[in-house]
Amino acid sequence: MDFQSIIVNALQAAVSPEAAIFALAAIGLNIHFGYTGLLNFGQAGFMTMGAYGLAVPVFAFGWPLWTGVIFGILAAVVFALALGAPTLRLRADYLAIVTIAAAEIVRFLVRATSLSDITGGSNGINGFSSDFYDLNPFTESIKFGPFSFLPRTMWAIILGWVLVLLGIGFCYLVVNSPWGRVLKAIREDEDAARALGKNAYSIKMQSLIIGGIFGALAGMMLAISTGSVQPSPQDLGPPKTFFAYAALILGGTARLWGPVVGSIIFIALLQFTDGLIRGAQSAGWIPEWFISGTEVGVMRFILLGVGLMLLMLYRPQGIFGDKREMAFDV
Amino acid sequence: MSSASEVETAWGADRPESTPGSKKSDPILVVDGIRRTFGGLTAVDVDHLEIQRNKITALIGPNGAGKTTFFNLITGFDAPDAGSWSYNGEPMSSLAPHKVALKGMVRTFQLTKALARLSVIENMKLGAQNQKGENLFRAMMRGWKDEERANEERADALLKRFKMDHMREEFAGGLSGGQRKLLEMARALMTEPDLIMLDEPMAGVNPALTQSLLGHVKELRDEGRTVVFVEHDMDVVRDISDWVVVMAEGKIIAEGTHEEIGKNRQVIDAYLGSHHDEDLTFDDEEE
Ligand SMILES: Nc1ncnc2c1ncn2[C@@H]1O[C@H](COP(=O)(O)OP(=O)(O)OP(=O)(O)O)[C@@H](O)[C@H]1O
Ligand SMILES: [Mg+2]
Repeated sequence: MDFQSIIVNALQAAVSPEAAIFALAAIGLNIHFGYTGLLNFGQAGFMTMGAYGLAVPVFAFGWPLWTGVIFGILAAVVFALALGAPTLRLRADYLAIVTIAAAEIVRFLVRATSLSDITGGSNGINGFSSDFYDLNPFTESIKFGPFSFLPRTMWAIILGWVLVLLGIGFCYLVVNSPWGRVLKAIREDEDAARALGKNAYSIKMQSLIIGGIFGALAGMMLAISTGSVQPSPQDLGPPKTFFAYAALILGGTARLWGPVVGSIIFIALLQFTDGLIRGAQSAGWIPEWFISGTEVGVMRFILLGVGLMLLMLYRPQGIFGDKREMAFDV
Repeated sequence: MSSASEVETAWGADRPESTPGSKKSDPILVVDGIRRTFGGLTAVDVDHLEIQRNKITALIGPNGAGKTTFFNLITGFDAPDAGSWSYNGEPMSSLAPHKVALKGMVRTFQLTKALARLSVIENMKLGAQNQKGENLFRAMMRGWKDEERANEERADALLKRFKMDHMREEFAGGLSGGQRKLLEMARALMTEPDLIMLDEPMAGVNPALTQSLLGHVKELRDEGRTVVFVEHDMDVVRDISDWVVVMAEGKIIAEGTHEEIGKNRQVIDAYLGSHHDEDLTFDDEEE
């Protein structure tokens, strides 16, 4: 088994555009769940808004890509308003139910055949990202020691991590402000906040919108880095939301860097276990009847799930979390 | 301890009649026909009630009398089946709780609501009203730092007054029950309320501290604020209240000074009727 290449691949995955996409989605969930206590189980829906908001203007109307950025963000804002308006006055679980359903509804909507002139139907949309790659200053693969990145990947990596850093900067500013304090107060006890004159409904809506915009940015990043938008469950379905949650909890909720570090580790571990299983398989250490080639993808998620369970048992606050805070969890 | 004459002197010519729903010379809160039922149970059914401005009014009554429900209704946390009320002459019915608070009517909760994973000082600073930094766009611009410093000073002064300054950086979730009561009251004061409604503020607070807290409540009145508080401890009621309103089974059954209430047959019946084993301490020790 070639351990070096397994580790190199894992490290390369850690900085990949995919890790940045998860980081953006998880930053949004951190605002929702970590700071405000909102259970948004439809982050993939916000990603869909971003991805299609970006690609549709180019694909359907031939507009430049930058207009898509605006549409993507606007779509996320509208989605947040539509989800929040009927549910944020109700108990917390209503939002959870509505978001998970709405995210799936929009995914089925964009793949509807009748909309294929606009959304590409079940084929999705390809070839809308040339405006971005035309600006690519890299012409050949970038190599650092054993690491090697294609020019396109490198360009997407830069965009992705710049977005993540800007996002963290934004979070730093707003979370450590009186606004952020109201978010946390609502998370702890909404009625206490209202009794002190805070408009909990409005602040929750703001939180839903802001976190949703991060979801949309993740969706746009996904669209840009893969150069394609697909209405598939792996890309924009519920698993995406739950992996983003896994990354957030791994890193530590309500921590500035929790979602970023969590995403990096999540993606690296995923790649690492994948490499390990495949390596062990080709070395003949795992018999074919136990795990077949096609089952590796599933197996790594099982291993990851076990890993997450162990983490929850021995370090429930995540990597960055504060143990003291966990003691008061209600 | 205030003697009988002291309470009477304080009222002077404004002395209201000692009948349920009596007129007050300068009411801050006027309630009319407010009713709340839970299924077949009528929790609150108040025909008329006026609360005098700049006085300390005690709201007493046996368990389940409807005191907390009454607080919930007045502060917008619950909606009545019928009725209206006005605060400073302004109709308040169906106003959202945060708007009620912004108008200067602030309440605390019988079951304390400490914000567990915020520090004591952050709990306090949350209470300050109309903060610039609570606007998302201004929050980013950092233009709120001066305001924050001023709020922090005020919070520290209040914490000192409530003898909680040594717990400043602790998580509120780590406080004892009594400390949470104190924190919640201090936090409510951060809003600079005109009318503060305290639901059993002394429950679980140690007797030595109760004495100094009572002093603080009187100070609130001296600062021009109005206090309404629910309390089961009759010593506390006797100590600080200018006026006592008695609720039983949702209705106001008596009003008066604490001496009058202590002698009121109907009140004693109401308590004994539902709590034979309750230790009634109405008999005034000063007699
Ligand atoms: N949400 C509710 N649903 C059903 N019944 C309720 C509800 N809230 C209060 N009640 C009922 O209304 C009545 C009044 O309750 P409330 O809490 O107002 O009494 P209280 O005077 O505050 O009593 P205590 O002194 O014990 O705090 C009780 O009989 C209670 O069971
Ligand atoms: Mg009560």
